[in-house]
Amino acid sequence: MSGTPVISMLLILVASILGSFGAVLLKLGAVELHKGFWHILNVKLGAGVGLFLTSSCFFVAGIRHGELSVLYPMVSLGYIWTLFWARLIFKEGFTRQKFMGLALILLGVFFVGLGSK
Amino acid sequence: MNTAASNPAREPDTAARRPVLLVFGCTILGAAAQILMKWGANHLAHAGLIDTVIAVATNLPLMSGYVLYGLSTVLLVLALKDGELSLLYPVIALTYVWVTVLSLVFFHDKANPFKLAGITIIVIGVSVLGRGGKK
Repeated sequence: MSGTPVISMLLILVASILGSFGAVLLKLGAVELHKGFWHILNVKLGAGVGLFLTSSCFFVAGIRHGELSVLYPMVSLGYIWTLFWARLIFKEGFTRQKFMGLALILLGVFFVGLGSK
Repeated sequence: MNTAASNPAREPDTAARRPVLLVFGCTILGAAAQILMKWGANHLAHAGLIDTVIAVATNLPLMSGYVLYGLSTVLLVLALKDGELSLLYPVIALTYVWVTVLSLVFFHDKANPFKLAGITIIVIGVSVLGRGGKK
């Protein structure tokens, strides 16, 4: 942890939060496709993609300095925020599979970060 | 509590799995996009702003990468149309798996125990999630 600047962690934290908002907007926009495929051009999806692009800028700035074993799993924190937003906004349930799957994925991403220099 | 095994699915298995398969496709396209963009970026010289814009726009691998990214986003949206966000979004972590494997092949990145353990655990995590779907 010592080799990773706090500013990098903050940048990645912001990236993960923006990414999770992007995911929520993508879901909000995606349900409009029930009206037909060409409803894919809608404001919510546009905003979602915009948030993803903004998030990726923070991500790129964040991983310039510091240890990937710390920073990569922090990006995946976005999955955890998304779990909460999905419950709040879309009433998706917490299930044991979701928690277990997510925990394993975070662990796996940590190892990938550990192996990447 | 309510596992798929104890509670037989009402709809055909393939219909329930469709969003997961779509995100699966999304991660493969996303990984291919990242590899193409890396490949394209490796051949990009440092130059002034205008020259860089022209160099990016005429860089076939880079542009193909952007197109694949666009397609992968479409697949994600199609998956989210019917699937649960909290279930599908973490599946995107599979991108790490494909990018790691493809980088070994195309950029001769070195494999190491950490990376191999990591991608194995991600695959297990995704398969646990893939079973958690109830729609």
